[in-house]
Amino acid sequence: MNENNDTILLEYMVLKNDFKSAGEASSNVKKVLNQLGIDSKIVRRVAIATYEAEMNIVIHSYGGKIIVSISSNEIDVTAHDTGPGIKDIGLAMQEGFSTASNQVRELGFGAGMGIPNMKRCADVFNIVSQEQKETIVSMKYKLTI
Amino acid sequence: MELLEIRDILEAKVLVGEKFLEREVFSAFGSDLMSDVLAYVNEKSILLTGLTNPQVIRTAEVADLFAIVFVRGKMPNKELIDLALEKDITLMTTEYTLYTTSGKLFEKGLLGVKIEGVLR
Repeated sequence: MNENNDTILLEYMVLKNDFKSAGEASSNVKKVLNQLGIDSKIVRRVAIATYEAEMNIVIHSYGGKIIVSISSNEIDVTAHDTGPGIKDIGLAMQEGFSTASNQVRELGFGAGMGIPNMKRCADVFNIVSQEQKETIVSMKYKLTI
Repeated sequence: MELLEIRDILEAKVLVGEKFLEREVFSAFGSDLMSDVLAYVNEKSILLTGLTNPQVIRTAEVADLFAIVFVRGKMPNKELIDLALEKDITLMTTEYTLYTTSGKLFEKGLLGVKIEGVLR
């Protein structure tokens, strides 16, 4: 889709249970978007959703990566992990539903707001997963001008 | 309300970000749930929390919150304070509980975040 040569691609590895670094990818994404002069309201939405996606990889998955592609008319964020997949996506989309451990809850997460938050922030939201498989979350943000 | 006034009302100790005390916030949000902070706060607010892990700073950073008050006398570790310093976030700690902290600020005119219609 992005035929523009000016597309910027950012890629971050996200490790399982790495609570110390969790948030660094989102922080860097935010910094880059701000440097590019993108509207602060959009930057905020992208940063929040990317952070939720990053936390989800840290909390729930075996590890994965976050890929951000920025073109003149769109920001695409993809969070791609290596499993173990989501048994019931419909349930995971419901506010308040969570499978997080007490340790995660003590960090202030695992309240079942992650996926609903991401969906709310993005212009287009899609999640693909099944049990024992990878999970891919894709979000698109439209840029005007 | 300026952070300076918040510090005085709460008799709080400023841990980092002293130079930003003239910054102004228009509402406050009290929670130990960071996902709720991410979901509901969409204006210049101050975060009141009893959580002192690095995720609090990360949450503040992505949600554009530039000040946090730790309640119940909670004291974050140096790592968290250093992260706040790097992100230009002001940190304070007060001996008051979350409820009392909220009440004292509310009484002086600092209202809560409006959340109607935010989620959907």
